[in-house]
Amino acid sequence: MAPQRPGPGRRPPPPSDPPVTGSGSLDGLLAAKEIVIACGPGGVGKTTTAAAAGVMAALHHGGKVLVLTVDPAKRLANALGLEGIGNAETRVPDEAFRSAGLKPRGELWAAMLDTKESWDSLIRMHAPDPQTRDEILANPLYQNISGRFVQSHDYIAMERLYEIHSEGEYDLIVVDTPPTRNALDFLDAPQRLADFFSSRLLRWLIVPYRSRLVNVATKPFYQIADRILGTQFLADISEFFVLFQSMYEGFVERAGAVQRLLSDRRTTFMVVSTLEGVPLREAEFFAQELTTRHLNLGAIVLNKVLPAYLQGAEAAKVAETMKERAGELATALTPVLASVDAPLGDEAQIRRVLAEVADSFLNFRVVAMREAEEKSELGSVPEVLATVPFFDTDIYDLAGLVRLGEQIWD
Amino acid sequence: MTALLDLKLVFVTGKGGVGKTTVASALALLASQRGKRVLVCEVDAKGDVSGFYEAPPTGFAEKEVLPGLFAMTMDTEASLREYLKLHLRIPVIGRIGPLAKAFDFVATAAPGVREILTVGKLCFEVRERNYDLVVVDAPASGHIVGQLAAPQAINDLVKVGLIRSQTDWMLDILSDPVRTGLIAVCTPEEMPVNETIDLAVRVRKETTVKMSAVVVNRVLPELFGRQEELVFDALATAGPSEDLAELVGGDPKPVLEAARLAVTMRRTRSTHLDRLREGIDPGVPLLYLPYLFTRSHGLRTTRQVAASLGEELGY
Repeated sequence: MAPQRPGPGRRPPPPSDPPVTGSGSLDGLLAAKEIVIACGPGGVGKTTTAAAAGVMAALHHGGKVLVLTVDPAKRLANALGLEGIGNAETRVPDEAFRSAGLKPRGELWAAMLDTKESWDSLIRMHAPDPQTRDEILANPLYQNISGRFVQSHDYIAMERLYEIHSEGEYDLIVVDTPPTRNALDFLDAPQRLADFFSSRLLRWLIVPYRSRLVNVATKPFYQIADRILGTQFLADISEFFVLFQSMYEGFVERAGAVQRLLSDRRTTFMVVSTLEGVPLREAEFFAQELTTRHLNLGAIVLNKVLPAYLQGAEAAKVAETMKERAGELATALTPVLASVDAPLGDEAQIRRVLAEVADSFLNFRVVAMREAEEKSELGSVPEVLATVPFFDTDIYDLAGLVRLGEQIWD
Repeated sequence: MTALLDLKLVFVTGKGGVGKTTVASALALLASQRGKRVLVCEVDAKGDVSGFYEAPPTGFAEKEVLPGLFAMTMDTEASLREYLKLHLRIPVIGRIGPLAKAFDFVATAAPGVREILTVGKLCFEVRERNYDLVVVDAPASGHIVGQLAAPQAINDLVKVGLIRSQTDWMLDILSDPVRTGLIAVCTPEEMPVNETIDLAVRVRKETTVKMSAVVVNRVLPELFGRQEELVFDALATAGPSEDLAELVGGDPKPVLEAARLAVTMRRTRSTHLDRLREGIDPGVPLLYLPYLFTRSHGLRTTRQVAASLGEELGY
């Protein structure tokens, strides 16, 4: 698959959606797309899942795969060679694969998102002249804003994605979305930014500080605004936006292009969640919203799911028997255990172990049953519905990512 | 340690998914059970605090959801309206038209304006002594520092004006460790622990608020001691487990497997707990809440968490 320049942008939704079965594979999905955006509530393993998907694609599909990540765990960043590299795209060395006993067909690249740096380069790109550029970069308000602009992270993540994609370097880009207050924020970010800069209010607000002409209608407003915020502060804001105005068109156009890329058919979304109530509700809402906006919901990945054997009815009966008859079982098992390894626990200890084990099973079973119920009630199921079991250890290296990736691949 | 409930304003934060809202709801419930008049305020506006009390959704106006326990959802525009009414005597009817838009705009452009209206409303409730305790289901740890540092940031940006004159008393309340505290919630997992340690540093450096406690949520029970684990290992070997199968009339493997999983999970988690203990100032108490094996979430769960929290606080 050769990298392509950005295409005609948003296409109308297909006349009829393909049958939704959940029977497709991530393998197939990733082979057909150029951009995968991992999204979902916080704390569900989004970053790890995105990285695992990227690793699997590099292993199996070949080509150049980029994982664009936001805030990886230190050990994961280490594994991907991302420690302290900021915005630059870096190739994960083959050596890292070799030491994990893997031989990738393609190249795996990784990059981290540095909001401040990305904003600065955006300013450099759009500024009409070096003087404006320097004035903006030096403006104290800009310094503050570039770090904490409304949805600044969200916008910049999508902007960066657009830039990288349009350079055409990679066959597949897997993006991990930043933690937001609302999982949808980043979808709206380009539009919001465009609205923000094209708002009539913006022009209205800065008028008096440019021309010092205030008409009768707006005067009371400025008086109130002055009383609340102070004239100097308003003037500061205005100065900043006067500078920004020169870049307005570039920004709005760019935001539009970013928006189109998101709705392009080469882009797909992978919603990551766990089966816990609150995150799952959020993920479901998000999946629904994607569909409403005619964005391509390609996969739902359910992380940290308890093993299926916890749901077994026979096992539950065994556990209950063990719990109820722990004393009697301990009596019967004491000689057996003693013959295995001479001075093992006494009967009381064995009874306690049996009861604890049974109790623990029944406890986890409650959660596993609840999860199974949640899963079966999932509203919209896309082409790919994958489940990742609860790993008993953390994932912090390529081998671990592959272990996770294999669970969701076929 | 009982001093936690004697605070007037408590911000509860944590990485997404660790149970921040659960802990905030439970803390508020515990305080109200102990006879305090409590306000719990949701800042993230996800609207799920009321769900933890099985009450109808809340708005900006406080509503009593349980005896002595009031809930509200932060709305910065409503907060601005209240503020204007109180301080400028500007009658504000419905939406404030151009002013609302302008506000939206300024708030977007100037970081801190939105935050200060949130913090301002909360501090106001404390200053007016409307409640014995205000519990804030605060933004996630990525955003909380900006929120708490807002009064200072505004002080730096806005040199004069009404907002400027308001920040001093807010800073007084926020900086007073007897009145205001921050609780970081985490789970014994890698990222939440990292974030909590980072947060502790940032809170100390960038804000004037004191970190009052770290709540470690979803701590798994310890199944066995060392000797018992040996017994378990022996039990899981071929011979004894076959005997067990015969005695109980079914295959015990899944049951034994589940216990093995529980033991490993706890072990992995305890290494993160160790890191947390090392990374957090020893003066900050750690409170442990057990993993809840429950069917669903709701008032019943909130009560359970409140009870565990009460035990940890020595009640």
